[in-house]
Amino acid sequence: METKEIKEKKEKVPRQKMPEQEPGKRIRNFEEVPFGYSAETAIIEAKRCIQCKKPGCIAGCPVDVKIPEFIKDIAEGRFIEAAWKLKETNGLPAVCGRVCPQEDQCEKFCILGKKGEPVAIGRLERFAADFERNGGNIEIPPPVKSNGKKIAIAGAGPSGLTIAGDLVKLGYEVTIFEALHKAGGVLVYGIPEFRLPKAIVEAEVEYLRQLGVKIETNFVIGRTKTIDELFAEGFHAMFIGVGAGAPVFMDIPGENLSGIYSANEYLTRSNLMKAYLFPEYDTPIVRGKRVAVIGGGNVAMDSVRTALRLGAERAMIIYRRTEVEMPARKEEVHHAQEEGVEFLMLTAPVEYIGNDAGWVTGMKCLKMELGEADASGRRSPVPIKGSEYIIDVDTVVVAVGTMANPIIPVTTPGLETNRKGYIVTRDESGLTSRDGIYAGGDIVTGSATVILAMGAGRKAATAIHEYLSKK
Amino acid sequence: MNKIIENTKLSESVVKMVLEAPVIAQKRKAGQFIILKIDEKGERIPLTIVDSDSQAGTITIIYQVVGKTTSLLARMKAGDALQDLQGPLGNPTEIENYGKVVCIGGGVGVGVVYPLAVALKKAGNEVISIIGARTKDLIILEKEMEKVSDKLIVATDDGSYGFHGFVSVVLQQLIEKGEKIDRVFAIGPVPMMKVLCDVTRAPGIKTIVSLNSIMVDATGMCGACRVSVAGKTKFTCVDGPEFDGHDVDFKLLANRLKMYCDPEREAYENHKCGCDGN
Repeated sequence: METKEIKEKKEKVPRQKMPEQEPGKRIRNFEEVPFGYSAETAIIEAKRCIQCKKPGCIAGCPVDVKIPEFIKDIAEGRFIEAAWKLKETNGLPAVCGRVCPQEDQCEKFCILGKKGEPVAIGRLERFAADFERNGGNIEIPPPVKSNGKKIAIAGAGPSGLTIAGDLVKLGYEVTIFEALHKAGGVLVYGIPEFRLPKAIVEAEVEYLRQLGVKIETNFVIGRTKTIDELFAEGFHAMFIGVGAGAPVFMDIPGENLSGIYSANEYLTRSNLMKAYLFPEYDTPIVRGKRVAVIGGGNVAMDSVRTALRLGAERAMIIYRRTEVEMPARKEEVHHAQEEGVEFLMLTAPVEYIGNDAGWVTGMKCLKMELGEADASGRRSPVPIKGSEYIIDVDTVVVAVGTMANPIIPVTTPGLETNRKGYIVTRDESGLTSRDGIYAGGDIVTGSATVILAMGAGRKAATAIHEYLSKK
Repeated sequence: MNKIIENTKLSESVVKMVLEAPVIAQKRKAGQFIILKIDEKGERIPLTIVDSDSQAGTITIIYQVVGKTTSLLARMKAGDALQDLQGPLGNPTEIENYGKVVCIGGGVGVGVVYPLAVALKKAGNEVISIIGARTKDLIILEKEMEKVSDKLIVATDDGSYGFHGFVSVVLQQLIEKGEKIDRVFAIGPVPMMKVLCDVTRAPGIKTIVSLNSIMVDATGMCGACRVSVAGKTKFTCVDGPEFDGHDVDFKLLANRLKMYCDPEREAYENHKCGCDGN
């Protein structure tokens, strides 16, 4: 994120920086990079907020956090109250404060951003949530009396956790069914510890449990039980928030050689299974010396920075467009650059080469140039003829996207999906082609952001409440 | 939950475990597997469901002690519990009345082929079973296999019991004798499955194998278990674990199974690395 101070108007208080671990030190550990605001810094930053009468920031937040109100609390030193204010609309503030692309959401609409730098809303959200958690005094609202209606939620990722929090507050009996052994979805298996410490996710999941949300792990909907079996057991409505967790491979020769990972596998081993702590933890991971990560999104940045921390001497991003088109957050690209990641732009692998043992040793790449803009306005990469060259690698992480996992659609008759396997919803409510079944997050939109998935959970909660109130 | 009811040795290195798992017991079908994780620091490993009792709410798994996790598992006692147990996973075996089927199991693979033999017999097939191991003491489930088979042939590599030689030779001889076989189910170490597929390729006998790739989540989200079948990449956990053996790239599978030999050895120094397909 931008750390440049406002030079033209020195009399104004600049956006406060967050101290962080030195690059040289942090590439040898998995600890969080930014340290967060101190109380003093948080107050200084909070006082920059001018408390607009018609705040644009709230409109930029998919879960409508009461931004000026919580910031006012911080400015006046009421840190706990700030955390409670956040939790009125956001069950995962410590997560959102860290991983939301605020530059495209709340902070994009901050009036201060027009002439200078916006209020650091994300950093303040993080500060308040951390303050409450670190104080060990998490306020649990009194339990809501059950309305006798049961909701089943498939998937304990950001959309499922959000809708669960919303519905349990309205008196529903909510059970989340999660396939993995830990709740959190991408927050636990995908986003690395150095960006989002898992203890924080656990604390926020624990908060939902204390609100009364039941979480059944190791439960694969479609396999352990189908959606129709759950309805038969007495659930009144269902929300599918299973994400887009299936990896996409490029289908080029040699892609199944040993040493080639999907980003999902690489990150799941490292984050969920804590393979970076092997052999203290039992799951192994390949600690490559020359690691190429294919792709330019946040998942690619997370993978390449993980590779560095696992001891890579060369950690490379291979991207077929230029840095301008990279979908990753600028802050993450900046962090990766500081840490010594090499960026090989306008480059695309066409084949992997292996040794006799079937291990990857090289990657044949083509140089690209940017051609005409396509329908979406992005300039498409065009290969330059005869530009093949080989990059020596011993580990490759393919981070070119994910797609829908077919288990639920295949085992749920009448559930309409589109050509790509994503669940079709009628409107913003998330209602699917089946009565009483709602869906939201990446399983509907394809890979997007944590906060958009949370927004979808929020809308489906409202819709399910309306649907069951009429019944 | 996930309480261990029984954990008994079947041979020197093969152990049978009965687990409390009522939901899985009710749902599972032949050919499916579970993922288990012993404790917080444990890894996730896949194991085939060998048997289940929906009344008692239990499932049975059989594992060979080949590394750290299986060794820890072998040391657990009735009354202990596993932290995580997920399933049933994978596609069930396609069970039909094919006519005459041959069920072949090698080593701990007998545990995997046993539920298939049970289901195939129940579906009206004539079941010939061939089970094999390196030596007599490593033969498991002989009585159980005998009960569900019309004919059972036991083979040992060293000739210490039954036929002296590989299960593939037994199958070859059956074919040469003119036995009309409609389908073969072959489960065991990768080299064994490869040779069996070579034997059935020429006479054109459809041969189903159950692949034992490395898995992490086993729900289709990572591709650790990817294999090449008829030139296409498939995920063993969601597209399999059973495939037409004549289409499987066994060399690729064998290579990928060796990916973590070094760290596995590190984790379990005193034992032979078990990731060479055994």
